[in-house]
Amino acid sequence: MGSREEKSAVESQSFAGQAVATRDAYGAALAELGKRNEKIVVLDADLSGSTKTAKFAKAFPDRFFNMGISEQDMMGTAGGLSLAGKIPFASTFAIFETGRAWEQIRQTICYSRLNVKLVATHAGITVGEDGASHQALEDVSLMRVLPEIVVIVPSDGFETKQVIDTVADYEGPVYVRLGRAKVPAVMPADYKFRIGKAYKFHIGRDVNIIANGIMVSAALQAREMLSKEGIDAGVVNMSTVKPLDAETLLEAAKNAKLIVTAEEHSIIGGLGGAVAEFLSEYHPIPVKRIGTRDTFGGSGKPDELLKLYGLTAEDIVKTVIEFMRK
Amino acid sequence: MATVTQSRDIEFLKEQARTVRIEILKMLAQAGSGHTGGSLSAADIVTALYFYKMRHRPDDPKWPERDRFILSKGHAAPLLYTVLALTGYFDKSLLGTLRRTGSPLQGHPSSKMLQGIEVSTGSLGQGLSIANGMALGLRLDDSPARVYCLLGDGEIQEGQVWEAAMTAGHYALDNLCAIVDLNSLQIDGRCEDVMKIDPVAEKWKAFNWHIFEIDGHNMEEIVNTLDEAEKIKGKPSVILAKTIKGKGVSIFEGKVEYHGLAPTKEELEIALKELGGNGK
Repeated sequence: MGSREEKSAVESQSFAGQAVATRDAYGAALAELGKRNEKIVVLDADLSGSTKTAKFAKAFPDRFFNMGISEQDMMGTAGGLSLAGKIPFASTFAIFETGRAWEQIRQTICYSRLNVKLVATHAGITVGEDGASHQALEDVSLMRVLPEIVVIVPSDGFETKQVIDTVADYEGPVYVRLGRAKVPAVMPADYKFRIGKAYKFHIGRDVNIIANGIMVSAALQAREMLSKEGIDAGVVNMSTVKPLDAETLLEAAKNAKLIVTAEEHSIIGGLGGAVAEFLSEYHPIPVKRIGTRDTFGGSGKPDELLKLYGLTAEDIVKTVIEFMRK
Repeated sequence: MATVTQSRDIEFLKEQARTVRIEILKMLAQAGSGHTGGSLSAADIVTALYFYKMRHRPDDPKWPERDRFILSKGHAAPLLYTVLALTGYFDKSLLGTLRRTGSPLQGHPSSKMLQGIEVSTGSLGQGLSIANGMALGLRLDDSPARVYCLLGDGEIQEGQVWEAAMTAGHYALDNLCAIVDLNSLQIDGRCEDVMKIDPVAEKWKAFNWHIFEIDGHNMEEIVNTLDEAEKIKGKPSVILAKTIKGKGVSIFEGKVEYHGLAPTKEELEIALKELGGNGK
């Protein structure tokens, strides 16, 4: 059992305005949640130090289950715990969570609509030096195709904290995609996360950038840069990829000439895929997708990789200007 | 609260198992497709669970203290549907809708569509992990409930089964009892030809399980073993039940082709005659 001192050492942190890795916000949020809600249990596959579930494990050892390096078994076990009335959070790196255990998530968790929270860290190329094998660029796509599941890609620590609190109270399977590297704070202090509700920083007249995760920050920088060129660019944080916020997406599309999507993920099947699918059916308008282009990642420093794979504010700006001048 | 008619009387249980086999064959023949062999091989074991061992309330399927049953070999769905109907989870007439469009009796069990099904199964190798999670959760709550999980022998070729076996051993889940239906056959032929699983007992032993090896058609042995398994503390139990695929009907026994074939009308008649059922 965690001692009283350990439990009270779990402090409440909102992370508003704080630059922090989303995985760190998760670790803190989870430990705090554990204090409030006895039903919360946590599973990890030998990566608790990296996913930050170790913080919960230390405070609530009875409610933490290390499954060893066996992601498929972890998903089934999480499903069983939910059937026994618990609220399991199952964590590992995004590629192993969604790739290695995809069929378990489909068959056991989604088909039976079990109340399991899949919270993965180390998504995208900002994993950095570990390289392609550890950089999930397909996870949103893999999860989004499954019935019953909610897919969320928070943009900063403040939003992550709210996402974790929210999904704990939501009944049903949820995938939350988090990162390894520290990210700037982007969401305003009065922001309130709701599943399926996008946040409009601004709706532009020329272009609207629909972004999530670390690309919200890049989109906001691009907006500044574009305004100097006389281009009115809006920015929407579409943190919930499934269900998409159709209303906000239509508003963004109806008010501008171009939609740009921006995500730290393949342009196939993720946010860009979801937006393009939706708009081509309900409001056809040109769409440009910023993301990795049908390729694996690689080793390197996160900032260098973002440049190499075309995931910077400059890449967004270039894409918009090229379209505008056509 | 009404509970199912349960008894430890061996003759009673044998009679129930005979009825279960008759109902399985009738529903399969009516559906025109489905898994005959593996439903019949496990019929005695699952009858013993539902008509004797498990504490459950058909009129209160979500009773928190109920014992849980996970059919990891989900293709034996006709067997599960039959015991659920006969113990009163739903009306027996529903059995005639097996595999029909819109029926809650899906080809493989769907927990969202039918009460009494704890979790959807059908993709092999996943049930034991789920059973582990249930056992861990129940133990956290100091629940007296036990968890039973039925696997096929071909199924233990799935790697996830051994991940789960390791987990149950590691967490010393003595509120869990796995049962392996060792009928020696799988779709493509004999397990030993398709992919050798032997030695089975040594494998489970090596993963820190308590082993029982029994004749899966000897009702007295099944019942005694289920009682013994409950007394094992500090480790999970596995009952390795030697069975005959298609057991109870000579034309199906040990025939690999009846893994996934339903009886024809003519075959059903022969079967009912052998089982002494008059089709009621």
